[in-house]
Amino acid sequence: MTSTYSNDRERADSLLPPRDVLRRLAISESGFVFDPASGNSFTVNETGLAILRGLQHHHDLMTLTETLLRDYDIKPRDLERDLLEFAGTLREYFANA
Amino acid sequence: MSKKRLTVGITGMNARPDNPGPGYAVARCLRAAPDFHGRIVALSYDALDPGLYSADVCDAAYLLPYPSAGDVPLLEHLQTIQDTANVDILIPCLDAELPGMVRLEAQLRALNITTFLPSADQLRMRGKDRLAQIAQLGAIHCPETRSVSHTAFFYDCHKDDWHYPLVVKGLYYDARIVRNAGEGAEAFRKISAEWGVPVLVQRVVQGDEINLAAVGDGTGNMLGAVMMKKLAVTEKGKAWAGVSIVDETLLAASAAIVRELQWRGPLEVEVMRDTQGRYQLIEINPRFPAWIFLSTGVGRNLPWALVQLALGQTPAEFPPAVPGVLFIRRAQEMIVPMTQFETMVTVGALDFSDKTS
Repeated sequence: MTSTYSNDRERADSLLPPRDVLRRLAISESGFVFDPASGNSFTVNETGLAILRGLQHHHDLMTLTETLLRDYDIKPRDLERDLLEFAGTLREYFANA
Repeated sequence: MSKKRLTVGITGMNARPDNPGPGYAVARCLRAAPDFHGRIVALSYDALDPGLYSADVCDAAYLLPYPSAGDVPLLEHLQTIQDTANVDILIPCLDAELPGMVRLEAQLRALNITTFLPSADQLRMRGKDRLAQIAQLGAIHCPETRSVSHTAFFYDCHKDDWHYPLVVKGLYYDARIVRNAGEGAEAFRKISAEWGVPVLVQRVVQGDEINLAAVGDGTGNMLGAVMMKKLAVTEKGKAWAGVSIVDETLLAASAAIVRELQWRGPLEVEVMRDTQGRYQLIEINPRFPAWIFLSTGVGRNLPWALVQLALGQTPAEFPPAVPGVLFIRRAQEMIVPMTQFETMVTVGALDFSDKTS
C-alpha cells in the first residue's frame, strides 16, 4: 500500500518541470509569468497562479493538493484533474528548459 | 585653460529600420553614460544615413569612402577629417570595415586615434567559415555549414541531403533564408556580388534566437555580458523587439570563447536554442549589435566600458545582469534642412557644435 502510494506520488511529480525551472519564474499578481532564463512569458488565471505559487514552494503535487483543498472550495477529484492537466501543460512548455 | 574634451568617432550610423547599423545605438549609449562628457563624431558612408544628421547625440558628422575602396582612401580621408574632428577613440561598428581598421591600427595611432579591436588573427578565428571550431571552444553545437562557390550547388544540393529552406550568408555580412533553388541562386548572386565568394550555406535551425553582447579585455576576460532573446524580427531577421535574459549556458560558452581567443574589443555571440534544447552557434560578430542600447537598460553600458578600456582605464564592476527588460525598436522620420543635406553631399561634413548648422 505504501509502495503504491509512493509510486503514484513519484509518477505525478514527474509530470512537473524541474524544481529549479519553477523556482526561477517571476510571477506577478496579475498572473503574468516570465522565465528569466529563456525569455518566454505567458499568463495564467487565478487558479493557475495559485498552483504555480504552490509549486514554487512545494514542488510536490500531493502536498500541493492538500494545501489547495484546505484553501479552496473544490472537490478533490476536480482538483486532481486540474492539477494533472496544468502540470502536463507546464511540462510541455518547459520541455527544453 | 580648459581640459580637452574626449572625442569618440563612431561608424555604422546607417540606422535603417529593417536592418540598422549599430552606430546610432552606440552613440546613444555613450550619451547615456553619466561620466561621459565628450564629443561624438558620426562617420558613415551614404549621405542619406540618418545618423549623419543626428544632432541629438552627435556633435559632428563626416562621410567616409566605402570599405571596398581600400585602406589608402580610408586612411587619407581620416587624415583629412582628423584636422577638424580630433577623434581620440574610434569605434568601428560594421563587419565589413573591421579587417581594414585592424590593418590600419598603427597608422590610426599615428593620427592619435586609439581603437580597442581584436587582432587580425582573432578576427580570422571567429570568421563565419570557422564556426565549428569556435563552437567547440564553447562546448556547444553549430549548424552544418558549407562554402559554396557556384550556383550549381542550389540545384543539386538535394543529392547531398541538403534540403530547403537553407540560409545563404556572405563571408562578412548578410544572411538570407531561401526556399528553393531559384531563391538560392538569386541570393548567391546578390551576396557574392557584394561580399565576394565563397558564399556560406547553412542548415536552418528551428528554435529561439538568443544573443549575447560583451567586451573582451584582450587578456581572456569577458566584461559585462548582456543577453537577449528576440521577441520580434524584421523580414531580414533583425531584432525589432527583445527581452533581457540570463542564460547560464550561453554565458559559459561565450566566456570560454572569449577566454580561448583572448578576444579584444566588442563582440556579439548569436545562438539558436533549438527545439531539442541544444545551443547552436550561428555566428560571432566582432562589433556591438544594433540592440546595444539594451545594455544601458540593464545597467551595463558596454560602449562606455569599451571607451574606458581604450583609454587604458579599468571599467567599474558591472551590476548583476537584470532579466526581464524589454526593448522595442521604432522607426521615425527626421526633418533635415536641405542646407544640411547639401553640405553633406558637397563637403562630406557637418558640424552641430552650435546646433544650428
